[in-house]
Amino acid sequence: MPELVKERDKYADHLLCSGHTACPGCGQSLAARLVVRAAGRNVIIVNSTGCLEIFTSKYPESAWEVPWLHSLFQNTAAVASGVEAALSALGRLEKVRVIAQGGDGSTFDIGFGAISGMFERGHDILYVCYDNEAYMNTGIQRSGSTPTYARTTTSPPGKVSLGNLRPKKDLPQIAAAHGIPYVAVASVGYPMDLDRKVRKALSIRGPKYVQIHVPCPLGWGTDPSRTIDYARLAVNTGLYPLYEVEDGVTKALRIPRRAPVEEYLKGQVRFRHLFEGAGRKEEIAEIQKVADRNIERYGLIAE
Amino acid sequence: MKITLGAVTRPGGSRVNKTGAWRTAGKPHFLQKNCIGCDVCALSCPEGCIFGTGQKTYYANEDFCKGCGICANVCPVHDIEMIPEEAEDA
Amino acid sequence: MLKGRMIQGCRAIAEAVTLCRPVVISAYPITPQTLIVEELASMVAEGELKAEFINVEGEHSAASLVLGSSATGVRVFTATSSQGLLYMGEVVFNIAGMRLPVVMVNANRSVSAPLNIWNDQQDSMSMRDSGWLQLYAENNQEACDLIMQAYRIAEDHRVMLPVMVCVDGFVLPHAFEVVDLPSQKDADAFLPPYQPLYKLDPDNPYTMGAFAEPDKYMETRYMIERTMEASIPIIEEIASEFKRAFGRPSGGLFEKYRVDDASTMVVALGSMAGTIKDVVDELRNKGERVGVLRLITYRPFPKEALYEALKGAQNIVVMEKALSLGGSSPVATELRSVFHGRPASPRISGFVIGLGGRDVTVDDVKATIAKAQQQLTDMGFIGLRTDLELEGINA
Repeated sequence: MPELVKERDKYADHLLCSGHTACPGCGQSLAARLVVRAAGRNVIIVNSTGCLEIFTSKYPESAWEVPWLHSLFQNTAAVASGVEAALSALGRLEKVRVIAQGGDGSTFDIGFGAISGMFERGHDILYVCYDNEAYMNTGIQRSGSTPTYARTTTSPPGKVSLGNLRPKKDLPQIAAAHGIPYVAVASVGYPMDLDRKVRKALSIRGPKYVQIHVPCPLGWGTDPSRTIDYARLAVNTGLYPLYEVEDGVTKALRIPRRAPVEEYLKGQVRFRHLFEGAGRKEEIAEIQKVADRNIERYGLIAE
Repeated sequence: MKITLGAVTRPGGSRVNKTGAWRTAGKPHFLQKNCIGCDVCALSCPEGCIFGTGQKTYYANEDFCKGCGICANVCPVHDIEMIPEEAEDA
Repeated sequence: MLKGRMIQGCRAIAEAVTLCRPVVISAYPITPQTLIVEELASMVAEGELKAEFINVEGEHSAASLVLGSSATGVRVFTATSSQGLLYMGEVVFNIAGMRLPVVMVNANRSVSAPLNIWNDQQDSMSMRDSGWLQLYAENNQEACDLIMQAYRIAEDHRVMLPVMVCVDGFVLPHAFEVVDLPSQKDADAFLPPYQPLYKLDPDNPYTMGAFAEPDKYMETRYMIERTMEASIPIIEEIASEFKRAFGRPSGGLFEKYRVDDASTMVVALGSMAGTIKDVVDELRNKGERVGVLRLITYRPFPKEALYEALKGAQNIVVMEKALSLGGSSPVATELRSVFHGRPASPRISGFVIGLGGRDVTVDDVKATIAKAQQQLTDMGFIGLRTDLELEGINA
């Protein structure tokens, strides 16, 4: 091992450092590290209750090298509003950026009111949602972000059910409807794009929303080594379109390599019930339709 | 150990927690043969425990590596293999 | 000759808050707190109060917002009532656990259901377990004084706990009384700028709001409990300092009115003490040895001081605008514990009165005292109507 390399191994660069207790292969831990890496040291992070909070802040160990606060589950956007207001009053908002972050549980559901209020008031805050499509920290229960037919513990498939029957709430569009200056959808499968979007968001004043798709090997039932693969497949099927809405104008990323939804669904235990026996062709076709609609709506395939 | 008001902590204390002890299945072995120094392995590690400063200098800090295998999977030139835990690193 | 000016309570409270120089204010309107926040908004709009004034979408967010600002190291203020206080309940506990010196004015109001916007103290009583200090004002002068003292107490490094100043809704904020407010210069001399112990700052990063496992959590609650106990002399110290600075007694643990040789002592919180004092005077004129102890600091419950003040009585009559349904009335219950196993053992009777804004009259007070003197009562209801049929209840 070249000595030069060992020198650098001092963790100086990592603002979310090693020793956190996320599951091996956790998409959220990777995304969170990339977000704070893009943000730099001059940030204050407000975090909701959830996996990210739990695996980084077991007293007295903390994986955070930047100022970080956790309050409750549903109030992150409001607490961040308070941090921002204080910084504004102190004249420090120019230099110190505020990030509010949480999972889909705290963003789509319980914290929905608070995030809407934060958007409406125009606070200079970047809200990052790590979307793993269920309440993972409490044991994989269904959220407003859980896609149709996914298995969760509170929407399990059984003799008379095929899993979650509701469609995924379209939070990026709801954020855009608030008229905030920047909304972006990213994926941990495309880290450089994620990085670009976070940096871009932080260069803009006002409320910003960045939603990041992050596979959860435990909750989805996927191979931990394939976290990046599954994130990319979600994008490549069209199920998770990556786009930005800047001042009302939408710009989407073309799909790098189109894939049918089966390729994405079949390796995940949470969709396994769709492939048992003869397979649920109709339901898979419905999911394909969702992907096709996204492709058309956002122009994800080059003409 | 002191319990602070409101259980406030200083940064970075998680490094005492050597998550390398979690590994059971395997650990990454960097072949240093095809490496083009793209940094994707380091970028993609959820633990942030892969380091390198150019072609054929990358390695994983085994104190923290949980053996998830993402690095081996994303390396575009297949220069990382997951080897058994007991194996010596080349 | 009273010093001061005739001013509506909400305006006086808003001016008192302004004198304390809060940097961030956030609140959500709820009757009867609304006038307070409206006055504050007006003062900000007129440039009289230089603070970030933020209208939020609900009380849970109002409390959360001031939590975030306080954690960033600035002085904050919020106000609420009733349902709003209950709605922000989890944040209230959170603020105390995080040891943030937030000051809140709670305009005491009853709780739903049924909906009732008028004064009683059920709302703040429901938060008595939260780790907040609770101070109860009798009149608007004291409300203003307590707000200033509250910041001193909360921000004292020996305390670092949030303080709730309770004012009887409608009775105080909406009423016009003569209130004397100090100059900004004198207020600044009494209340210096806030010096946080820990704050969110990239130049000196901290992690706040960690999760504590079973092997550590219990100690954090023990720390708050011990701090609450230790804050009792600090409350007295600050009240004395206030008296020296502004020339009037205000705040402290309780006010004793003609209790020194009283054989019957009434204990009460808030504005109804005013009515009780009138009754005490009337009964004293008839030769009865009655007095009233008006409890100002309810949390922490000043056990030793109360024991000393009340031990000479034969009858203690606790009158409360609150109750713990299915249990007993809060202050009476805690007072009984104070005397448990001690040499002095007065008869302690508890009464619930004035819920949902029902008037506490001179006759009611007399009837309560007479009842307690006749018969030891665990929890009696005073002033219930006898002309109504109550479904499911046998008379």
